[in-house]
Amino acid sequence: MVGIVSYGFYVPKYRIKTEVIANVWGKNPEDVKKSLLIAEKTVAGIDEDSLTMAFESASSALSSVDVDRSKIKIVLFGSETHPYAVNPASTILAEFLGIEKNYLAYDTEFACKAATGALISAQGLIKSGYSDFALITGSDKGMGKTHDVLEYTAASGSVSILLGKDDLISEILDFESFSSDTPDFWRREGIRYPSHGGRFTGKPSYFYHIDGSSKSLFKKTGLSPKDFAFAVFHMPNGKFPIQVASSLGFSSAQIKDSLVVNYLGNSYTASALMGLMAVLEKAKTGDLIFLCAYGSGAGADSFVLRVTRNLEKRRKEFVKAIKDKKYINYPTYLKYMEII
Amino acid sequence: MNYITGYYTTRFGELWDKSLFDLVEEALRGVLKQNNLESSQIDAVFFGNMLAGVLENNLHSTSKIAEILKINVPIFRSEAACASGGVAFNLAKTYLDANPNQNILVIGAEKMTDYSPEETITGLSAAASGEEQEAGLTFSGLYAMMANLYIEKYHYTEENLAYVSVKNHYHGSLNEKAHFRRKISIENVLQSPYVAYPLKVLDSSPISDGASAVVLTNNQDIAKKQKHTVTILASEVATDTISLKGRKNLEEILATKNAADKAFKKAKINREDIGVAEVHDCFSIAEILAMENLGFWKKGQGGERIKELSTMYGNNGDLIVNTSGGLKAAGHPVGATGIKQIGEIFLQLTKQAEKRQVRNVKYGLAHNVGGSGGTAVVTILGI
Repeated sequence: MVGIVSYGFYVPKYRIKTEVIANVWGKNPEDVKKSLLIAEKTVAGIDEDSLTMAFESASSALSSVDVDRSKIKIVLFGSETHPYAVNPASTILAEFLGIEKNYLAYDTEFACKAATGALISAQGLIKSGYSDFALITGSDKGMGKTHDVLEYTAASGSVSILLGKDDLISEILDFESFSSDTPDFWRREGIRYPSHGGRFTGKPSYFYHIDGSSKSLFKKTGLSPKDFAFAVFHMPNGKFPIQVASSLGFSSAQIKDSLVVNYLGNSYTASALMGLMAVLEKAKTGDLIFLCAYGSGAGADSFVLRVTRNLEKRRKEFVKAIKDKKYINYPTYLKYMEII
Repeated sequence: MNYITGYYTTRFGELWDKSLFDLVEEALRGVLKQNNLESSQIDAVFFGNMLAGVLENNLHSTSKIAEILKINVPIFRSEAACASGGVAFNLAKTYLDANPNQNILVIGAEKMTDYSPEETITGLSAAASGEEQEAGLTFSGLYAMMANLYIEKYHYTEENLAYVSVKNHYHGSLNEKAHFRRKISIENVLQSPYVAYPLKVLDSSPISDGASAVVLTNNQDIAKKQKHTVTILASEVATDTISLKGRKNLEEILATKNAADKAFKKAKINREDIGVAEVHDCFSIAEILAMENLGFWKKGQGGERIKELSTMYGNNGDLIVNTSGGLKAAGHPVGATGIKQIGEIFLQLTKQAEKRQVRNVKYGLAHNVGGSGGTAVVTILGI
């Protein structure tokens, strides 16, 4: 069985409140908060990018276990804000982590599901016997154009997962992927800010693909929403995951612990995985977790995870960690995001 | 006599899986099927559309319609901003006056939601004067100026305007083809965000996709064979300055007044004879001004009269307005709107309006406006 051996996350210290952004643009903050269900979001500092955050989360993941780094022969880096268009971030990450050179590395891109796609590939490589371990990172310094609705949601953060075959904290029982050519959100080469299709990002995109992927996995496994202790979905805003969970038959109790978007925003590739980080703080041995990441363009990856008793050994404090925060004003936000 | 013998409309809304000509084809085939007509029996087609050339580099639509229907007859396109559909209908009716024994299709269609709001609003703003565009005035801004003046002059508040949207959303809830089918309250309207003071989101019609088509005929044999027939008593177009600054009076739409006066004269009926009307409520203020300018309500009294909700279905009023949901709730695919309005009156007069059927109506009126009042079309139908 392949699964998660260890995990780590990184949430930048800085936060900007929704009302601070709304006031700059003359919007009613309560309207914006009600519409997006986001009170504040994380902001990476001026000296941080997707790679520095990836190093933080990956270091945390590796610090929990005594793993021979020469056995990590797979390093995959999912992001939509890779520091280079050409030049892999995965090799820089591996180098700084001290992983030996006989490894396979590549960067992946599929909007917000770049890391879960990499998880699927890596677990196959482990099953094939190519490697004992694989390090998968999802990391983003999410950028939204000023005065665009994304400015309230696009956040920063990173999650790293060490996959392996033994001593698992959570098994990956099964997965399913569902994709189509649906241009709901994109960023062309050389263009700094992403574009999106407004409400087109909803029904025919986020909801359609998550529904397709989830139902396909239910059918494949014979499981239904009531079998799960927790459900985690990609969180582009606070409303979508609640709506999609409800439409699939999950209760609010099953999803509430995963809704980190309300106070962290949407850290793109790390978004759904960050929800998983919050859930792992509470999960008990034997719990089934339903995880579904969505990537614009578009596709959704669904997973069934089963928590083992090893989680107690490597469980991380999530709620406490994110309490270490500092609020910034709008000019500072512009500076940290290198907009000015 | 000229008759309407059939009406078909697509659903209005965000129809992302359909292109402009998918919608056109659905409406054309729908209305032909309803009348048991073959496309070979069609003598001409009139098409109302505003934005295809601006938004999607899509012109020569007349030939595209010829390809869909596999016909080689005259096909014309009209553009008069949001009155493109109404003007297409007027031209078709005039064509019938000049040519005996003809069957004509009139279709209005618009595809708006595939583009960003900025692109679509920029496209729509092409229907304002150059100076207004340069000043940054969108149509929300232009109608907001009219609303401000009206409210101040006649001592009303934003609440008076809100009744228009509440009524039309109720009607939209009864129309399965409407973009919005949710009932709303006065509080919902007043609490919605401002678009351009004093107009808010729920004072404003949406950006929609959709296509609507009617069959017109002056072929008496064809008309007699049809199950449902209404008579076109009048269709009149009037125009005015494109700029607000060129108008003597900003709290009325002169083009509406002139078109209505001519239409009632031609139809030889009185305002009191009209039982149902579809009026151009692109913004809540526009319906109030329309009711006054069409001569249904006295000038300056619209703000008070709308609060009575006598024009709402189910309240036993003598005149029920915008049973389709109006532009506000049924949606506003601009080229289709003028045809949908006429189609709704057709449904009412032929007792096909189902849940929103107004009883005992013999005459109906459709009122379609282009821009901030640069063009107005008033059509009167009778059974």
